[in-house]
Amino acid sequence: MAVEAYKPSKVPSDVPFLTAIWGISGMYVLLIIAVLAADASYTSIHDLWVAVKDPNVRASIWLTLHTCTITAILSVFVSVPAGYVLARYNFPCKRLFDAIMDIPIVLPPLVIGLSLLILFNQVMIGGQSIEKWLGEWLGGLHAWNESIPSGVTYKVPAIILAQFTVSCAFAVRTMRNTFDGIHPRQEEVAMTLGCARSGAFWLIALPQAARGVIAAGTLAWARALGEFGPVLVFAGATRGSTEVLATTVFLEITIGNIEGAVAVSFLMIAVAIMVLTAVRFLGMRQTI
Amino acid sequence: MIEIKDLCVRAGNFLLKEVNMCVPKSGYAVLMGKTGCGKTTLIECVCGLKRAQSGRVCFDGHDVTMLRPAERGVGYVPQDGAIFSTMKISEQLAFGPRVRGWKKTDALSRAEEIAEELGIVDLMNRYPEGLSGGERQRIALGRALSCRPQVLCLDEPLSALDDETREEICELIERLRRNHPFTALHITHSRAEAERLGDMVFVISPDGCLREDA
Repeated sequence: MAVEAYKPSKVPSDVPFLTAIWGISGMYVLLIIAVLAADASYTSIHDLWVAVKDPNVRASIWLTLHTCTITAILSVFVSVPAGYVLARYNFPCKRLFDAIMDIPIVLPPLVIGLSLLILFNQVMIGGQSIEKWLGEWLGGLHAWNESIPSGVTYKVPAIILAQFTVSCAFAVRTMRNTFDGIHPRQEEVAMTLGCARSGAFWLIALPQAARGVIAAGTLAWARALGEFGPVLVFAGATRGSTEVLATTVFLEITIGNIEGAVAVSFLMIAVAIMVLTAVRFLGMRQTI
Repeated sequence: MIEIKDLCVRAGNFLLKEVNMCVPKSGYAVLMGKTGCGKTTLIECVCGLKRAQSGRVCFDGHDVTMLRPAERGVGYVPQDGAIFSTMKISEQLAFGPRVRGWKKTDALSRAEEIAEELGIVDLMNRYPEGLSGGERQRIALGRALSCRPQVLCLDEPLSALDDETREEICELIERLRRNHPFTALHITHSRAEAERLGDMVFVISPDGCLREDA
């Protein structure tokens, strides 16, 4: 009997699919590289050196690092329980609760700053604004230690609050996805072994969520670094007082110093890359 | 002894209704039924992981229906083992005794004792990554027995194992039964497994009713 040649089934080629996914991803990477290259072509080592030597920019870098770090810590502190509640429990109005957590993501940043300004200065509690209440309380602490701010609006706490309001929403989303991806079965087993819910959370769920916590913290930090609108409206842009790197770029542009603005932008990129790489590296080492 | 009286449990749209069963002290009951008929729901209710709508669950004559899982003295072996992914095997075996307030040295010596009994001493310093299905089930069994529970619930512990490993784990369960005075509730789809291990077999029908199989 003559052996028939084997005829493989006809299957469409993988080339168009692979070309499309690599092409689309590559184009986005190219766009980011092009933006950075454009910045680089507009500045020089001399401009960067001038920016670094400027005491206002140096103060702005330190204030940015401090406020972003405090914001990231606060965001993790809030997002871990919030993400856990959303991932593990069903309760009435859960969708509403979930949607409210997303509002800072979808609202224009300027609106968040304006809303914070109104909340602290126009909403009256017992005939006094929240700013006044806090001013009285913080004023006492300020008299005792001058490094503690005497109020919130147009002061450093306003920067942190403005950054936190937006950054925390991103951190909550990250933590919710993290806990959604961890099956609750291990926690259930821990509960049968003698743990209360809190024990199952601390001993089983949280160690598994370590990478998610690091991701939420870094995302919050990075988001806080770029926050400009709410900071400008709620904290102002006073040189040497409430000036963070994002506002420095804005202030340099308003005085026509485009080279300075680009140099500070480059500093922001460098600071962001250094901090995010360090955190991710440490996080990887800890969770291996 | 496990005694379930007029138990109703809801899981989503599914209702397990008026379940009555009694497993005598140190008895081994096997629970069978089609996929989705509520076997896991029933075992979760016995463990305290799912709240009963009505009815009672009693262990040795004590009503545990309203008790939290940690208060029931139950060992639970889920289908996939649910091995704690961030802990060494020795920590997993000592976990129950530790959270129940045993001294660290006592908890570790209990872990070693149980590891020896289950033949997993070599795994004590390992993390769960890369363990075989049989090793996972041995660890899950050891962890569940570490606090000497009066009731042991096993949710399809042999379903994902190859024939040889299944035989090994069956022999292990038989040996554990001789050495530990627990009352067991075991879910399986295998009639052969049910006949080999069980003193009694219960079947849940697709409409959520439970009957003892002759």
